[in-house]
Amino acid sequence: MYQENKVVIHEFNFYYDSVQALKDIELNIRPNEIFAIFGPARSGKTTLLKSLNRLTDLIFGARHTGTIFLDGKDIYDPKLGHTQLRRRVGIVFDLPTPLPMSIFENVAYGPKLSGKNRKYLNGIVEKALRSAALWEEVKDRLQTSALRLSGGQQQRLCIARVVALEPEVLLLDEPCSGLDPISTTSIEETLVQLKKEYTIVLVPHNIQQASRVADRAGFFLNGELIEEGPVYQIFAKPRKKQTEDYITGRFG
Amino acid sequence: MILILFQILAEGLPILRLSFFLESPKSMGREGGILTTIIGTIALTVVAIIVATPLGVGTAIFLREYTRESQVSRIIRFGTDCLAGVPSIIFGLFGFVFFVIFLNMGWSILSGGLTLAAMILPTIICTTEEAIKTIPYSYREVSYSLGGTKWQTVTRAILPSALPGIFTGIILSVGRSIGETAAIILTAGSSLVMPNSLFSPIRTMAVHFYILAREGISMEMAYGTGAALILLVLFINTIANWLLNRYIRHRS
Repeated sequence: MYQENKVVIHEFNFYYDSVQALKDIELNIRPNEIFAIFGPARSGKTTLLKSLNRLTDLIFGARHTGTIFLDGKDIYDPKLGHTQLRRRVGIVFDLPTPLPMSIFENVAYGPKLSGKNRKYLNGIVEKALRSAALWEEVKDRLQTSALRLSGGQQQRLCIARVVALEPEVLLLDEPCSGLDPISTTSIEETLVQLKKEYTIVLVPHNIQQASRVADRAGFFLNGELIEEGPVYQIFAKPRKKQTEDYITGRFG
Repeated sequence: MILILFQILAEGLPILRLSFFLESPKSMGREGGILTTIIGTIALTVVAIIVATPLGVGTAIFLREYTRESQVSRIIRFGTDCLAGVPSIIFGLFGFVFFVIFLNMGWSILSGGLTLAAMILPTIICTTEEAIKTIPYSYREVSYSLGGTKWQTVTRAILPSALPGIFTGIILSVGRSIGETAAIILTAGSSLVMPNSLFSPIRTMAVHFYILAREGISMEMAYGTGAALILLVLFINTIANWLLNRYIRHRS
């Protein structure tokens, strides 16, 4: 069964000290789909994303039970390094986080860490910027500081920076919060393009965004996965009352 | 402040000729120039900075990135805070007993430089820690999420951003080293002979100034040395500022 799914989350619980952030999550994510995780604040969405590439390891006092499989392999297996995992599972945060260096250096940061040569870097930077739909805007000023880009450009730069690692799974945590509608549209178009090559897990900015770009979605509430299903079903005909309340509350 | 500066420069500047900088002192400093004391000042300061910078920056990185707030880190921090408040003559005494006598280094550039290094260490640790503290958590998170190891994150994301702060600490330390007298007389001696190795005793400009004035050798030459000292500090600070601004402009 693991072959069909890119990511399998099995009986996963997560705790910050004594607070339980995720409760008994069972979730499968298929290859080349956009899976949207939505729900109110503090429902465990970001925790789940960060668990998928073990960024939660950085948090003191955090622990988990259960497992997550990537291509059938346990990502918490102590024999596998988390740096290797993070190259396969990239994440884009909710606010643009360019590093204070040039556009080129930002995109090349990840590949450089694994010791890629200059020629490879030149190629991959262009490819990544193209797939994040940023190349045309910045190709003449790759050496200027990334901090001078606009918010939307910075966020697409962050997507390019992750894509430059050539990961298999992309995690996006509200990548459009704080962006104007035009930047949002261009990022959404980028995501749909990226779907061809990557598996994407998205915490959408709002429900409309989820219905625009996602294939399937899961509704989270207080750390529990209430229900999951294809987008057309979950938004049009939710099976659970909590999901319906949340969706209608937002719309109505 | 300005009055003091004005007084010294007014009395000292007329003495300054090129030969004053390029000739060694004659008859105890009554005649000739101050070349050996300039070399002594620079040699001592360079040794102190070379020893204290890696140690101080390393300690700060250890405290900020490699340990959590714990008993150990609190003790280290308490120690450096205490060290920062110790009068320089105490460092001189320590240097005299430990480096000069116990380690048998004699009055030398090395003894003096190591003593100065111990004296400026707290400043460098403190300014570096403050600089690291201001770096957003997101830089670390981004670096780790792109597959960076701890060491790569420290050297590529954190240190470059902390560099201006570290640099400020070094400049402050250079100022203190150049102006120091008491600790140096006890550990590097006050020889006017041109040094030929790290184990030669030397006299710095500040010590020269002190001896000329204190022993009534030549008030004129004392003011000349004082003026030269001020110009040296001014020169170093200007260059440092210029470098710093260039670096900051390059990154933003």
